[in-house]
Amino acid sequence: MSLGKDLVAASTTPLVLAILSDGESYGYAIIKRVDELSGGDMQWTDGMLYPVLHRLERSGYVKASWGRSESGRRRKYYRLTERGSEELASQRHQWQVVNSALRATPFHECRLAPQGI
Amino acid sequence: MMEERIGEWRSYARRRRAINGMDVDELEDHLRTQVSELKEAGLDEEEAFLIAVKRLGDLDSLSREYAHEYSERLWKRLVVAPEALEGGLEWGKEGMVAVGLAVAAGVAIKLPELLGLSLLDGTELTQSFYMRNTSLFVLPLLAVFFAWKRGLEPAGRLWLAAPFIVAALVVNLLPFTLLGDTEVLAVLHLPMALWLAVGVAYAGGRWRDHHRRMNYVRFSGEWLIYFALIAAGGGVLMGITGVIFGAIGLDLELFLTSWVIPCGAMGAIIIAGWLVEAKQSVIENMAPVLTLLFTPLFTLMLLVFLGTMVWTGSSVDVEREVLIGFDLLLVLVVALLLYAISARDPQAEPGLFDGLQLLLVICALLVDALALWAILARISEFGFTPNRVAALGENLILVVNLGWSAVLYYRFLRRQVGVTPLERWQTAYLPVYAVWAWVVVVLFPLVFGFQ
Repeated sequence: MSLGKDLVAASTTPLVLAILSDGESYGYAIIKRVDELSGGDMQWTDGMLYPVLHRLERSGYVKASWGRSESGRRRKYYRLTERGSEELASQRHQWQVVNSALRATPFHECRLAPQGI
Repeated sequence: MMEERIGEWRSYARRRRAINGMDVDELEDHLRTQVSELKEAGLDEEEAFLIAVKRLGDLDSLSREYAHEYSERLWKRLVVAPEALEGGLEWGKEGMVAVGLAVAAGVAIKLPELLGLSLLDGTELTQSFYMRNTSLFVLPLLAVFFAWKRGLEPAGRLWLAAPFIVAALVVNLLPFTLLGDTEVLAVLHLPMALWLAVGVAYAGGRWRDHHRRMNYVRFSGEWLIYFALIAAGGGVLMGITGVIFGAIGLDLELFLTSWVIPCGAMGAIIIAGWLVEAKQSVIENMAPVLTLLFTPLFTLMLLVFLGTMVWTGSSVDVEREVLIGFDLLLVLVVALLLYAISARDPQAEPGLFDGLQLLLVICALLVDALALWAILARISEFGFTPNRVAALGENLILVVNLGWSAVLYYRFLRRQVGVTPLERWQTAYLPVYAVWAWVVVVLFPLVFGFQ
């Protein structure tokens, strides 16, 4: 099962903020982490993460700074700001509301015609 | 081999106007990390590079995402790119429409002469007619240009026509006292009210969008610069024309003042609008350069002014001209602030210039407070007149704007927030100007009995 496009788009912000709440990180590592956390179910085009990170920076949720990687390459690191963690808390809450609302609805196993066994 | 491939990829990425050098650096770091990890997993260099590039996403959609995030970069650099596919055709068509509308504006301003209202006959009646209507001859055409260019849907066009029709009816049907206070006030505020209506067309109807509003603000600044340049060029051309025709014994003064100046000015308004659209990049750095130049000068002037007032103990003279001067000054300060913000690199750290900018805003606030105080004193002593109420309203609007701008700018300097809140505050404030301008044009005559 892989997630729908809209859902991926909507969940990007809280997910990135949550990953950064573990400490400073950079683009490639964030994508790796998303992959691990979702068991590969959330598929991103890698490059698309960067405009998102920049948007978060402009909104003041993360702060970016240039540093060096282990191999000495220039690398841009991102860390969560105070406003970012407030935003994360509020988004977490919103997702919980959605989640509990969905859980409260009756859940039936879909009975579909068995497919060619 | 690898370096060559990456260099190639870099130069492709660099050509995208929405992606700047720092972004390419960041993406390159990603690419290299991915490549080395894939190589560790046993792929050869070539395969690793191909897969890494594929995972990063194709540059088209990537640059679209960046463009979405950084519309101001497009403003600075794009423009020609989408049309490049269709060749020069689109551009030529747009130019033709603009020239056609410019000619129409030039003709429109001469039409009243058919009714015997000559621009130069100097009676108060015709003076008042041209004062009230000049902006109505040209700004609707500018709105038409943008409505056409942005492909506004029919419903949107109808809505867009409404303010112009209302304005035309109000200034021509209300029984104003000839050249009375309410009429002069309406005349002064009408261009502002209509200019913001043109902004709706400029935004393609989506005027609530923050980025589009900001782009309209940029457009307005650049338009003013273009218009001033065209006017200066036109002035030189006319001066020379007059002199050389004078040399062969022909006096062209009447022709120049009754035809070339009015028609040329009307046409130039449209042409300037089209040029800003078509050639933004040519003088993209004009507004920021002027801002850089004049921010210190304005700050110095205001400091000296405040100092002089304290020193001599004189107070603000509440004359219409004086108050208009003050309002213009404050509007200019807001404009300097806006262009300084829109031109600065969002990633840059606050510097000395930003401190100066804050000082300018604070000086302007003090001056505004002085003006407000003078107006209030005058009102409490002599009661309400249209001029005083208009001045009061304008200064209140500006004091609120400047006050909150100062707070936001201070926070920005303390690195608590980015520049975005400041930009958003300014664009969110635009409708306030529109509402006030329309109140002065439409309601003031009614409330103050057309005096």
